[in-house]
Amino acid sequence: MVSRMGTFALVELQKLRHDRTELVTRMVQPALWLLIFGQTFSHLHVVDTGSVSYLAFLAPGIIAQSALFISIFYGIQIVWDRDAGILAKLMVTPSPASALICGKAFAAGVRSIAQVLGVLAIAYLMGVHLTTNPLKILAAMGVVVLGSAFFACLSMTLAGLVRNRDRLMGIGQAITMPLFFASNALYPVDIMPQWLRWLSAVNPLSYEVNALRGLLIGTPSNMLVDVGVLVVSAVLGVAAASALLRRLVS
Amino acid sequence: MTDEIPGTEEFAIDCQHLTHRYGDFVAVDDLTLQVRRGETLGLLGPNGAGKTTAVKVLTTLTPVQQGEVSIFGLGTKRHTMDIRYNIGYVPQQLSIESALTGRQNVQWFARLYDVPRKNRNERVDAALAAMNLLDVADNLAGTYSGGMVRRLELAQALVNRPSLLILDEPTVGLDPIARDSVWSQVQQMQDEFGMTVLLTTHYMEEADALCDRVALLHHGRLRAVGPPDELKALVGSDTQGATLEDVFRHYAGSDLDDADGASKRGLQQIRSSRRTARRVS
Repeated sequence: MVSRMGTFALVELQKLRHDRTELVTRMVQPALWLLIFGQTFSHLHVVDTGSVSYLAFLAPGIIAQSALFISIFYGIQIVWDRDAGILAKLMVTPSPASALICGKAFAAGVRSIAQVLGVLAIAYLMGVHLTTNPLKILAAMGVVVLGSAFFACLSMTLAGLVRNRDRLMGIGQAITMPLFFASNALYPVDIMPQWLRWLSAVNPLSYEVNALRGLLIGTPSNMLVDVGVLVVSAVLGVAAASALLRRLVS
Repeated sequence: MTDEIPGTEEFAIDCQHLTHRYGDFVAVDDLTLQVRRGETLGLLGPNGAGKTTAVKVLTTLTPVQQGEVSIFGLGTKRHTMDIRYNIGYVPQQLSIESALTGRQNVQWFARLYDVPRKNRNERVDAALAAMNLLDVADNLAGTYSGGMVRRLELAQALVNRPSLLILDEPTVGLDPIARDSVWSQVQQMQDEFGMTVLLTTHYMEEADALCDRVALLHHGRLRAVGPPDELKALVGSDTQGATLEDVFRHYAGSDLDDADGASKRGLQQIRSSRRTARRVS
């Protein structure tokens, strides 16, 4: 299983190496969030973030959002692989469905990490006070891999259910922004209305952002709960997506 | 791998009373078929005959619904992973990662088939060389022509030295030169490693030239099976000029004509409905 996950991660890195423009183009959106949204709301002082600047508060949220936007479209990629015959070939190799799903989920994490490094670089350039402790940055990458794995699995589970690229594209777009807004990525949970707090409490993105804030800006967080929720979500996601994978090629 | 073929069974594929349904539609209907070790068997039939469904079951991609299938004596229900180590599969679509080089595409499958690290590069180079792709191995696969892509897929399928190679319409969409090139590479590999080959194709002349035996499938049912010459000799008095096409017409011709007629009638009905809809709207 670990060797196959490594194989898929390697393939993802090789693809990225051959098409570096994707890294640059994917950086545009998080850069805009930090540069425009972040700076504007910093000046407005409408979001109470305590002793932390709004930009520092926002940066981990944007890292999580970037990873979400990458991984939520892995379902479309797997439908594309199905249509191109690649999925059938992969499923005829001696790799169980769960290994393929874990591999794809891990690959989503690897691709997201490249994004994390870009967002961190922009944040440092903007003078945002994020940690420079390499161990904490490594731990943050681990959190991003877990979060990405869950959202990639969610997307591949939906792919197994709807089995149609266009329909999946619509669903992906329909769920991405609600997942983002119903989390603590842009604002603290305390200022949310009660109904949104409930949504935020069941949204794994909130736990990912909490963990990232704890690691990168040192805000109080319950790392055990945050990482625990992400691990359990990822395991459930792998199980659901693996169970439905065969539907794609049957 | 060829030197690690499991068991000593006479048959590479032993398919008994296989039936596969999609809802109410019977795609494969009570198919009993055996393929001997080292043999090349062509599964022939028109679109919708059940060839691809049969291939999906034989490759373990789709579970057996009804009947029994064993590959080298191993039942597909219980020995899925063991069987997969011994299968090379090329699907209908041109299916490679265009953002990777040819070499990376083959290395990817070498890893998935657990080709040992110490032999991996050598195996990858050997597979690429066998398909005449070594010179362009480090170019992006997205720059390859259709024939080269197909040969790259064969290199992927052969990198684990499979005992059974399953090709689902491998030459569809290729020009005659690319088709010849693909077949000559397959035959070369078969001569070298003694693989069993199961292929599906629309091209009767290809099947005639390449296959030891052909199996004619129509509406999910096996209509005839045997060496091409024997089947041609069976179709009637005028055997001198008989082709596999004639054999196919002989066994399934009236149904084929019916199917074509039904299809035409279906199209006419659709056009008529659309005209009506346009008038109403």
